[in-house]
Order: sequence, then structure tokens, then C-alpha cells
Amino acid sequence: MRRVPTLAVALVTVLAMGGCGSGSGDDGGEDGGDDEGATLTVYAASSLTATFEQLGDAFEADHDGVEVELNFAGSSDLVAQIQEGAPADVFASADEANMEKLTAEDLQGSAPEAFASNTLEIVVPPGNPAGIESFDDLTEAELNLVVCAPEVPCGAAAAKIAESAGVTLTPVSEEQSVTDVLAKVTSGEADAGLVYVTDVRAAGDGVEGFEFEESAAAVNVYPIATVAASENAELAQQFVDLVLSDEGQQVLADAGFAPAP
Amino acid sequence: MTDPRRRVGVPTWIYVPALAGAAFVLLPLLAIVLRTPWSRFLDLITSEASREALLLSLRTSATSTLLCVLFGVPMATVLARSEGRWLGVVRSLVLLPLVLPPVVGGIALLYTFGRRGLLGETFEVLGVQVAFSTTAVVMAQTFVALPFLVVSLEGALRTAGQRFEVVAASLGASPTTVFRRVTLPMVLPGLVSGAVLAFARALGEFGATITFAGSLQGVTRTLPLEIYLRRETDAEAAVALSLVLVVVAVLVIGFARQGRSAL
Repeated sequence: MRRVPTLAVALVTVLAMGGCGSGSGDDGGEDGGDDEGATLTVYAASSLTATFEQLGDAFEADHDGVEVELNFAGSSDLVAQIQEGAPADVFASADEANMEKLTAEDLQGSAPEAFASNTLEIVVPPGNPAGIESFDDLTEAELNLVVCAPEVPCGAAAAKIAESAGVTLTPVSEEQSVTDVLAKVTSGEADAGLVYVTDVRAAGDGVEGFEFEESAAAVNVYPIATVAASENAELAQQFVDLVLSDEGQQVLADAGFAPAP
Repeated sequence: MTDPRRRVGVPTWIYVPALAGAAFVLLPLLAIVLRTPWSRFLDLITSEASREALLLSLRTSATSTLLCVLFGVPMATVLARSEGRWLGVVRSLVLLPLVLPPVVGGIALLYTFGRRGLLGETFEVLGVQVAFSTTAVVMAQTFVALPFLVVSLEGALRTAGQRFEVVAASLGASPTTVFRRVTLPMVLPGLVSGAVLAFARALGEFGATITFAGSLQGVTRTLPLEIYLRRETDAEAAVALSLVLVVVAVLVIGFARQGRSAL
């Protein structure tokens, strides 16, 4: 199994769009049983990295000769690449809005199905130097609070929670991604941040996280679908089935994901 | 200027890779122009977020360029006028940001000037918080842009040689007078192009800024960060802003060329 760097994928996409037909297409009749040497390309949100790597290994073990290529990036990056013709077979998004971008252009192969959900947690550096105990504590004036920008899913969730709690957050930085928020917290630059439960779990001892009631106002639902342009439609559907199966759900639960609503 | 018949021609085949290279650089620019949403263009680039990002970028880049000149001119002078075994090592180390990925630069800055960094506690005692401030943006830009100025100025200094400086000194000028009246005027074009390079580099700075300074509208979110963020929701807006950055870059280079030929 290989992870494909996003840049490489983008470059391949650009080259492919240049019109140099490589002749690898047009094998519509081969989807039957002969998967030997097939490569299944899965585009998944960054927050799914650990779980989907595990599921990719499991899928390869069950399908002789099939290679699973995983491309992890922000959901909006991934959907943009698929819209531009990137060779994805499966798309797993971290939120419904980005999946809707795909379905709006009728690029999905199967109807999107929710497979997991995720909520925000308050994350602080080890030892909680600023003594944060509740969501309301995040509004303290002297606090270095870091959240995601409202343009990205984790930031949208933070804004929604603040609104429903009637609280105004004044972060010192609105980061591009969960990774950036975590980095600011682990390095001790920020006193507190808002990231997903699974991110706190994955960050290990570098941070401490705790739940807060207000987070119920924004639950992120993760949908998955096959891509219409896929040349491995059957394999793609089998991968989706794996994610939805008991085995897949267990892997996700182990990483801290809640089941889909 | 030169009689074409007397020029030494370049081999004809060399035009093929040369044109391919030029096309490789220019086609993406053309693609941006073609994708620009002209009907919404003005609205997109005059929105509050865009204006603040552009102004912040220009302000911080200008400040960083000034800092680069302030520190880079002495650095280049010392490097160009010293000799010794260790000079090569020192030069390589000082110019490291030139080849370092900016993200690495950002991490290095974080562990130096961050709250828990090497000098962070000193700053804390002084009541200065660098992280998440515009100062951090300027520091990140200066860090990545400084070597550009040093390299191009050192080259100019070495090319200019020391003949005139030796003459001036033999006529009784002090080292400071020689530096001010002979060295600097002589390499002024090199200094200008070095400063322009540094400005352009600072303008495009992304990795070190997002790692070290964070991203907040009007404070730390420069134009490249704004473009990257806009892509999340509005790809067209990102394209429009990219075009603005391209135009600013072209203007800077244009002014620099004019400025140089006027000197």
C-alpha cells in the first residue's frame, strides 16, 4: 500500500488533463472477477489517515493482487481534485458539505452513505497550564485560543457551537487545518484549541483533551461514496462495504469516531 | 546596439528547450488569467478580507525588506571581503534558509522565539509575545528573504572588486568613508535587485508564516494565506486573489528593472 502525496496527484491530474490519452481507459468490460493487478485509489479526509491505512491493508489482504492507493488531504482539496478529473475510485469526506459538492455535479457512483461522526473537544497542552475547565473558560481575554478558520469543517463546527452557546470566541489564530491547531497547542504557543475527538486521540501524550456538553451542537458526519468515473466500480463498492461493515466500524470506533447518526 | 551579423549565434536547437521552459512557466500564468471570474473580479478583490490581506502583505514585506537591507548589507560585505577556510562553512550556514523548506524555517523560528523556545522566556519576561503577532510574520519573511539579498549583493561586491576601494583608502579615506562613498554606490544596482528579490520572496512567504505566526485576518493572514484559505470554500475567489499577487509581482519586477537602468 502506498500513500500518494497530494502534489504528485495534482501533477498527474494536470498532465492527464493535457489531453495525452494514455490508453489505459476503456476497460469497462473487465470489472468482473479479474482484479489481478488492479489499483484502487481512495481519496479520504486527513482525519481518516490512521483508520483508512488500516482498512486499506485489510482490503489488500482480502483481495489478492489488488493495491490500495490512499490519498489523504483536506476534503475540499480532494473534491476539487476529483472535479478536475483526478482518478479517484472512492471518496470519503469529513463533512457532508464537501460530499454535496460531488453530488451537485453528479460525479458520485453510488449514493453517499454516512459511516462515522466526530465531535469537537477542547485540547490543551499537557498539564493544562492555563487551567481551562469549561467551554466558557475559552472566552478569557488573556487566553491564546486557536481554532480552525470558519471556511474549513472544524472551524465551521466551532463557530456553530459558539453560536448555539451564545458565546463569542476571540481566537489569536484561525488555522487552516486541525493539524495546524494541534501543532500550536503541542508546541505550547496556544493555551487551548478546538479539534475533533479523534485528533486528540491520535495526538497521544502531546496534548490533553476533554469533552464539553456544548459540542453536541455540531456533530460532523462523514459520508463515503464511489466515484462515477471509476474504472474499478465493483472494487470501489467493496471498499465502501468494508468501511460500513462491522470490521470497518470497529476500526473507526477504536480511533475515537462515533457511529453515524 | 550590436550588429546582428557580428553576433555569435546560439545553436538553433537550443531554442527548443528554451521555449519549452518558457512555456512551462508562462502557461500556468495564462491558465490563471483564463480561469479568473471577471464578472465578480472587483467584488472579490475589494472584499474586506482581501484588502486587509493585501495591505498586510505589502506592509510586512516592506518591513522585512528594510530589515534584510539593514542586516544583509553588512553580512554581504563581511562575506565578500573576508578570506579564510571557515568562510565557506559560515556562508553555507547563513544562507541555509535559501534551500530550507519554509515550513522547516517556521518550525525553527517557533523553537527559538516561541513561548517555550530558546529565547521565548526572555521575551515573556519583557512582556513581548511574538507568536500570533504581525511581528512574527515579519520575522518569518525576513528569515526566508535575507539570504536572497545577501547572495545577490555578495556577488555584486565580488564582481566589483576592490580596486577603487584601495585607491580611496590610499588617498586617506577611512574604512567607513570608503564603504559609504565608494563601495555602496558601486554596488547599488546589485543592492536594488537583491532588495527586490527579498521583497518578492517575502510577498510569497507562506510555509514559515503559517507554521510560526498563525493565521488571523488583519494580523497575520497575508495574501498567500488568504488565497490558500479561500480555496476551501470559493475556488474562484482564490484564483482572483492569485491574479492580484501575480500582478503585484510583475509590477515589482518591472519597477526594479526600470530602477536599475536609471541608476
